[in-house]
Amino acid sequence: MAKLVVDGTEIEVPDHYTVLQACEAGGAEIPRFCFHERLSIAGNCRMCLVEWQGAPKPIASCAMGVMDLRPDRDGTPPKINTKTPSVRKAREGVMEFLLINHPLDCPICDQGGECDLQDQAMAYGVDASRYQENKRAVEDKYIGPLVKTIMTRCIHCTRCVRFSTEVAGVPDLGATGRGEDMEITTYLEGAMGSEMQGNVIDLCPVGALTSKPYAFSARPWELRKTESIDVMDAVGSNIRVDTRGPEVMRIMPRVNEAVNEEWISDKTRFIWDGLRSQRLDKPYVRFDGKLTPTGWQEAFVAAKSAIEGVSPDRIGIVAGPTASVEELYAAKALMAALGSPNLDIRAPHSPLHPSHGRASFLFNSTIEGIEDADALMIVGSNPRKEAPVLNARIRKRWRMGNFPIAVIGENADLTYDYVYLGAGPQTVAKAAGNLPAGAERPMMIIGQGALNRPDGAAVLSTAAKVAMSDGLVGEEWNGFNVLHTDAAQVGGLDIGFVPGDGGKTTADMLAGGVDVLFLLGADEYDLSGAADATIIYIGTHGDRGAHAADIILPGAAYTEKPGTFVNTEGRPQTTLRAAFPPGDARADWAILRALSGVLDKPLPFDSFEQLRAAVYADYPHLMRLDAIEPADPGTITALASPGGQMASDPFHSSVADFHLTNPIARASRTMAECSALAAARTGEATGTDG
Amino acid sequence: MLADQDRIFTNLYGLHDAGLAGARARGQWDGTAGFIGKGRDWIIDRVKKSGLRGRGGAGFPTGLKWSFMPKESDGRPHYLVVNADESEPGTCKDREIMRNDPHLLIEGCLIAGFAMGANAGYIYIRGEYIREREALQAAIDEAYDAGLLGKNAAKSGWDFDLYIGHGAGAYICGEETALIESLEGKKGMPRLKPPFPANCGLYGCPTTVNNVESIAVVPEILRRGAEWFEAIGRPNNTGTKLFCISGHVERRCNVEEAMSIPFRELIEKHAGGVRGGWDNLLAVIPGGSSVPCLPADVCNDLPMDFDTLRDLRSGLGTAAVIVMDKSTDIVRAIARISYFYKHESCGQCTPCREGTGWMWRVVNRMAEGRAQKREIDMLLEVTHQVEGHTICALGDAAAWPVQGLIRHFRHEIEKRIDDYAANPHSDPVAMEAAE
Repeated sequence: MAKLVVDGTEIEVPDHYTVLQACEAGGAEIPRFCFHERLSIAGNCRMCLVEWQGAPKPIASCAMGVMDLRPDRDGTPPKINTKTPSVRKAREGVMEFLLINHPLDCPICDQGGECDLQDQAMAYGVDASRYQENKRAVEDKYIGPLVKTIMTRCIHCTRCVRFSTEVAGVPDLGATGRGEDMEITTYLEGAMGSEMQGNVIDLCPVGALTSKPYAFSARPWELRKTESIDVMDAVGSNIRVDTRGPEVMRIMPRVNEAVNEEWISDKTRFIWDGLRSQRLDKPYVRFDGKLTPTGWQEAFVAAKSAIEGVSPDRIGIVAGPTASVEELYAAKALMAALGSPNLDIRAPHSPLHPSHGRASFLFNSTIEGIEDADALMIVGSNPRKEAPVLNARIRKRWRMGNFPIAVIGENADLTYDYVYLGAGPQTVAKAAGNLPAGAERPMMIIGQGALNRPDGAAVLSTAAKVAMSDGLVGEEWNGFNVLHTDAAQVGGLDIGFVPGDGGKTTADMLAGGVDVLFLLGADEYDLSGAADATIIYIGTHGDRGAHAADIILPGAAYTEKPGTFVNTEGRPQTTLRAAFPPGDARADWAILRALSGVLDKPLPFDSFEQLRAAVYADYPHLMRLDAIEPADPGTITALASPGGQMASDPFHSSVADFHLTNPIARASRTMAECSALAAARTGEATGTDG
Repeated sequence: MLADQDRIFTNLYGLHDAGLAGARARGQWDGTAGFIGKGRDWIIDRVKKSGLRGRGGAGFPTGLKWSFMPKESDGRPHYLVVNADESEPGTCKDREIMRNDPHLLIEGCLIAGFAMGANAGYIYIRGEYIREREALQAAIDEAYDAGLLGKNAAKSGWDFDLYIGHGAGAYICGEETALIESLEGKKGMPRLKPPFPANCGLYGCPTTVNNVESIAVVPEILRRGAEWFEAIGRPNNTGTKLFCISGHVERRCNVEEAMSIPFRELIEKHAGGVRGGWDNLLAVIPGGSSVPCLPADVCNDLPMDFDTLRDLRSGLGTAAVIVMDKSTDIVRAIARISYFYKHESCGQCTPCREGTGWMWRVVNRMAEGRAQKREIDMLLEVTHQVEGHTICALGDAAAWPVQGLIRHFRHEIEKRIDDYAANPHSDPVAMEAAE
């Protein structure tokens, strides 16, 4: 602990604190532009100057460690002043310099109202300019379809450069020129190649980097802000949904140190235009091979007549990636009422099953735990595409050093160095015993690409065997991790949304094993095998499932309903309703409840609160939001025993196109643009490949 | 005046052989192994005793700087870096050393490297110094061939390798941490301090950066004794110093003189006096373009040393004496210097990036008279807003010349403004700073 005196109050702070942090601990507010606690220290904006009594010059508090302060001559702790006239004058000087070449175009700037420069100019700016010369103008740069640049506004804090280099791991952004001609740009104005690039919009303290899709569409004070959870991947990033009237205008990250820190992926951030297009806003029933809009009553009657007379074991339901726990619970209850054991949330051939124990399908090390790990093996996963925010955490750990990483599967650019062991299951079988010497907290990440295949059970078992024999699983540390890609998956497994006794799996149902097939937002599967079945689609978008459907019951998207989602770590979190579903669309649980009434098998809840109470009563761990119920690592031992024959074909990531993984994304223009750009980039010759 | 036998740079003008044979004939490389045999502490103690202050501009005591290096290595190598990025306008002393007396520098590197526990040294040469790099490289090759560098350098038992790094011609790379960044292959932008290079410098290892002249005088200090060096000049401003005299003098020259030599004696003895006679002197920039200028009336018996000039709110800097006679348009001259600093600002931190351009534009207008008198005080305030608020000293270097101008020649600016206001429609005069 270090002692220092901030504005006359003696405080004690940890040794690694900077003076800025110490001042804040002491209650002083320090203005800053370039400093960001998750990025390296640049010390270039000079806004955080404070006075160190005895020093000839003011010091940049962000860049000075408390241990670098010497005690006073008389041995008393060093004295830092943050409110003296000289400090104020220094900051006013810096503010004046920042403003002389700033365009002051706040009325037409999208950052207006949430601009650091604007806020701090209120505190340290003056009302008139002394600068009589011409202002600098800078050409705007093209850096991709997501981030709009107005480079004249740039104050050269280099947060964006540091973010892309350090966190995103794509050194695309940099500064060219020097002095007042310094400009931030990408190399030859190419698009940024990161899945996390949208975060530079939040990092930019001024309006130089703003959101291109959101440009000129709303002002921050017009927006209603709803704290929610993202469902684009299984990370469960904490988000804030900003709405104006019925429309989602933008999505921003919220801080959750244990999950996403303060980053979100581009898919999470820019998906919102997909919530407006291709929406199912009224029920449809297929007459004479043509989907025809109808009312709810007609649709329910059609569903009833389709179900009546069908043997319960010929009725089934497949749930998709964005279903909340509550609606899965309702769907499971409906299936039970109908007497059908056919329900599944897993992809075809997935070996994951709640009967193997919770530890067999969770990311047991936790996302935050990655930072404590000291070795990593990735099997059949491309975390950069499957969970960019989690990948950033791996990269964060890798940057700390002493973190050997090995990969079995796709040999892709993951933004960090790794040893490539091989492509397929045979390498997994041989992987045991290769642990780096001295690794005490090694971890293994198994992706859906290694599991969702006919030999998935054998791969899972072999991986568990490797984990056991290499000592990845213990009482203190559980390094066995399954990385999910679907937000609904863990919640579904938690409540047992898997086939009951003699029930059919997703693969069976899709292959024509049922006559009435409910799809709860499931659009990712090939439905040609179920062509003879009556398909009842409950979902949000006119996507593959709706096209094949005979009856469409329009549901609510994740921003339009409250719901519990359990992320890949097993962490329950809830979304809140930020907007209403369009047209006649209703929350999915309400559709299932209404349908049960039409079928004369009413489910035992009449409101969402009753439904949630029932869920909590049956699965109390879901009640403890944001807390992970520790899973018993002992079950992984059992998982290791069956073994089995593995095929020789290589693993492929379950996410082929990062930008188009769900119906909402496929309805989004922005995502389509990004996808095309990413495809073009992959196709480009690099000039070194022959 | 410095006696001939007290000169260190005996081949400053390149009249003799710059090669190893010639250097040995002038007494260089004599007893080097013996000095090293006396140990690190002895060398540092001698350098401290001599009162040698860094010749690169700041005048920090060299021996003290060396003593900041860790005594024992913690596993990281130590590095000596020699700053040969001589970019301060008016300064041209190091190039003569590298051209004509390179072995003094190389011998100094070996001794200094040993004194700080460094087995490797890097000389960072300014981008424009191409011939100098060639000359120095030739001398280094010669030294390697003669066993004066490399394993068991000069039979001292100390292994020492010396490398040359060639810059790309940026003024800012003369700042020690920017130099280190550039040497590492990065953009030449100064680092934040602390940590200081002695703790975390080149490649994150303990490093000391010294000016060429500071290193080159060390062998002679050890040979002739710290007391000899200390006896030259005034207390705290000891030894000999290379002065680079340029501007309106009869003969511009580099000359080695005793520290604290009076300005008039320096000019009249070596440079043939001010052009047009002493009374034609307008102002002097005593230490390279970054230090504030001084008006003629303080220059008569002005001792040219660190402390005196500091007390006059100027500085000895690199001892690049720029003499300006009464034909000089002093405002225009300072405007040109301002442009230099605006052009060389690295753009990293706000006050320098924005302030240098602002200062230049205002001074430039003032040079034409296109300004208001109240802007003079505003300009002075802007210089104070830059000074001391930046990461490195370039901000100070940009502010000082303007401060010197306003301090001593405010009347000149006011007259310019009055003249312009009296005849605002005249054709602008094409003005030259000097000549």
